[in-house]
Amino acid sequence: MIAENIVHFARVLRTAGLTIGPDRVLAAMSAVEAVGLERRGDVHAALSAVMIDRHEQQVIFDAAFDAFWRDPKLLEQLMYLLLPKISGRGDKVRAPRANRLAEALAAPRPAALPNPANQTAQEELHFDTTFTFSDRERLAQADFETMTAAEFELAKKLAEQLPLPIVPVRRRRHEAAATRRHGSRLDLRATLQRMARQPHTLQPAYTQARTELPTLVVLLDISGSMDRYSRLFLHYVHGLTRRYLKVHTLTFGTRLTNITHCLKCRDPDVALKLADEQVHDWKGGTRIASCLDEFNHRWARRLLGANAALLLVTDGLDRDEQGELSRSAAQLRRLAHQIVWLNPLLRFDGFEPRAAGVRALLPHVDRFLPVHNLASLADLARALRGGTVAPGRAMHSHPAILN
Amino acid sequence: MTVTALKLPTSVDAVIALLAAENYVCDRRLATALFLSLKLQRPLFLEGEPGVGKTELAKTLAASLATLLLRVQCYEGLDIAQTAYEWNVSRQMIEIRLAEAAHAIGGEADRERLAHSLYSRAMLIERPLLQALTQPQSPVLLIDELDRADEPFDAFLLEVLAENQITIPELGAVKAVAPPITIITSNRTREIHDALKRRCLYHWVDFPNVERELEIVRLKAPGAPERLSIQVVEFVQRMRTLDLFKVPGVAETIDWTNALLALNAIRLDPATVSDTLGVLLKYQDDIVRMQSGDTAKLLDELRARALLE
Repeated sequence: MIAENIVHFARVLRTAGLTIGPDRVLAAMSAVEAVGLERRGDVHAALSAVMIDRHEQQVIFDAAFDAFWRDPKLLEQLMYLLLPKISGRGDKVRAPRANRLAEALAAPRPAALPNPANQTAQEELHFDTTFTFSDRERLAQADFETMTAAEFELAKKLAEQLPLPIVPVRRRRHEAAATRRHGSRLDLRATLQRMARQPHTLQPAYTQARTELPTLVVLLDISGSMDRYSRLFLHYVHGLTRRYLKVHTLTFGTRLTNITHCLKCRDPDVALKLADEQVHDWKGGTRIASCLDEFNHRWARRLLGANAALLLVTDGLDRDEQGELSRSAAQLRRLAHQIVWLNPLLRFDGFEPRAAGVRALLPHVDRFLPVHNLASLADLARALRGGTVAPGRAMHSHPAILN
Repeated sequence: MTVTALKLPTSVDAVIALLAAENYVCDRRLATALFLSLKLQRPLFLEGEPGVGKTELAKTLAASLATLLLRVQCYEGLDIAQTAYEWNVSRQMIEIRLAEAAHAIGGEADRERLAHSLYSRAMLIERPLLQALTQPQSPVLLIDELDRADEPFDAFLLEVLAENQITIPELGAVKAVAPPITIITSNRTREIHDALKRRCLYHWVDFPNVERELEIVRLKAPGAPERLSIQVVEFVQRMRTLDLFKVPGVAETIDWTNALLALNAIRLDPATVSDTLGVLLKYQDDIVRMQSGDTAKLLDELRARALLE
């Protein structure tokens, strides 16, 4: 009876997006057996110790446990109702894929209007494999803002494959080195193994510091003025996330949303659709200061460890009321290893930091780069490759403006 | 080696009593998680803000079970040589030189024998993780601030946590004589991999409520007058609801009480609070914020509740 209930409970939690394998169900049974069923609180604590593995899941677990304790059947219905609101992995990711499958299998729907522009867009899309080199070249230079719908579709595809925008940093962990180099250390264990293998010889082995790509945190402005850029940038980030797992993405407009999980989905359409559902402030206004502040408080310490690089993608068009923005930016600067600000407005020759927001942010970033076309995105890695970044950096008051 | 079994508590209440005997006040949820980890022999993964008593729990547990505490303090680049084992290379080198000098390395058989003696247990220097597996009595193994180590170290821990063994390539697997009681702590400066968490019991250590924090302060700062303790705890509890960058933990509450005692304060007043804020808050932004009005506001609140007489 108890076993049945636990299995049932686990199934409900799984529906809510928690990852609970059979091993945890077994552990849960022995846990309940160990604490006994006399006290409700003990059973709750025991099950939660076994079944959750991050603090965020506690809320879902508590709600589920309360409801389950009252009426298991009712809970199941309740969970299905709640489902769209609870974010997590599990079935939720699968649902849109099913939709997509349905769409793919269904007969193509005729367009609402036989619009000639629409038609050409469709056709060009079909030909993207035969897209010529010179077209690519032209597209690479075209500003996202002035692209036609068809070009934009293509640009999205290309953006998925652009190189990583980060350069490796030196770690404190050592790895075997082929030869002796500056900074390498003698590896006695390996040296001795060689000696044991070949007596009467001494052939020293060395280790060197490992270089590794740091975690990349992307803070993406999705307010109205950034719309096109942020859409395209999302495709770029999705491409990065697919190839390189240490990317965290948060969007901000009027509020901050973490969409990392959504972007982990392999299919770009599904990933972007998931992100769309998660984010509620597309094309709204901007409150950069409060969003940065929230990031500092809630996420910075969790995401910015181990020399993470922070990409801040915004046009900086915001006010700086009572120095609030510069205060938040200064704090962020103290928390992040390096901040790279990508600003589409920088494409205009003679761009001057007039807006209060831009002026407030500028002193607190390490690099300030334009991002308005594919070429500038592809160049990010090169622009940032000013040699490997050593841990600990000099404070400089004015960021280098590269173009 | 004779294995001596530990006398483990048999119920959740017994765990609470055991820890209370060593002056550790622990809520029932944490006690349940700890009890289960002892009973099911699974590592306990404790996550929470700094200064809520995660490390202290391991220390107290070791003291109350009268067993050895082995501690691995994590940092980036931590490797096997520092945490698990290391070959005594200088001794090995001497062995080789001696064998060479004695012309004892002639044929294939000699060489084989030498290699065998070089990689024997006697040549191994044990570090905490390996030590934890070779004790005759289950020790408490504390892996502290795992979030500070890098991901490769998480992966290395998997074998130790799940199988209670370490595989040494030259020697084979070393299996635990008496399985250690493992406690892992993390401040969540990065997410620990799910594969590792899956092998543990998880507990988020929260800040205590007023009654429990007061109990802790009474135990850890016994010299403080009751009135001051209450004021301190109420003040800190209220402070945790403010939007501070880093809210003070229990460790800071205890430190602050002791600091106030050292200053011979008998109750909280604006000047003393302002002078000693550095004990509670470790970010300049937070201190400035408290000094520019919030301290006075909180003290007024305490006065309104007649706690400041």
